[in-house]
Amino acid sequence: MNIYDLIFYLFALLTLVSAFFVVTNKNIVHSAFYLLFTFFGVAGIYVLLGADFVAIVQLIVYVGGILILLLFGVMLTNKITNVEIKTGTINIFSATVGVGLFSGALLAAVLYAPWKESALQEAAPTTGILGNLLMNEYVLVFELLGIILLIALIGAASIARR
Amino acid sequence: MVTVGLTHFLVISTLLFSMGLYAIITRKNAVMVLMGVELILNSANINFIAFSRFGNFGYNGQLIALFVIVLAAAEAAIALAIVLNIYKNLSTVNVDEVDNLKD
Repeated sequence: MNIYDLIFYLFALLTLVSAFFVVTNKNIVHSAFYLLFTFFGVAGIYVLLGADFVAIVQLIVYVGGILILLLFGVMLTNKITNVEIKTGTINIFSATVGVGLFSGALLAAVLYAPWKESALQEAAPTTGILGNLLMNEYVLVFELLGIILLIALIGAASIARR
Repeated sequence: MVTVGLTHFLVISTLLFSMGLYAIITRKNAVMVLMGVELILNSANINFIAFSRFGNFGYNGQLIALFVIVLAAAEAAIALAIVLNIYKNLSTVNVDEVDNLKD
């Protein structure tokens, strides 16, 4: 058991425990804050997989953007005077059974599939490589994503203002 | 304990996916449903990056993970705008009470 494994288990525990609190907590604001820890844990897992740039983007976009957006959504859709912001739950029993069966099947598939792992190469800084790929092979996707993001933000603003 | 390999990352993403699914099914509040969607997108991203590291696919998996993050940002913005409008019109964001199309 080396230091890599230890850090992996630490981040895995952080991710899974906080995700469990996200889905079971009654208070939405608490859920949002637990989601912060989940995103941090996932970013750590990205780093362990040698994806440093994606990890930083995850922190900037998810923690800095999407989580704040979700918190704004919580604040704007509740009476600000009532402190307890609860969420009700439905279908608990059938959801537990269904999700349990589904995740069991998925876990069995993951654990028993004969994955072929190629030899690991040394993890190198990925920013330059990703930039080159983005500007050469994936330039069409890159441009399309830019247009989609622009249209989505304009649409979101115009829908929310109406 | 065995050393950490591809399977460990896949197990984590499976569990994250299941929890996101559970949140989507059981939660009434639309914002909580959105959080479940974010969890599912994160688990898909872990899968992409794990296969890009342990398979022989170069850096394409990491790029696709970046694209997924961009789409998640766009999706969150649009969905929250829609949720705000629902709240303005029906003064509730519980997804089980928004059933005007039924009757």
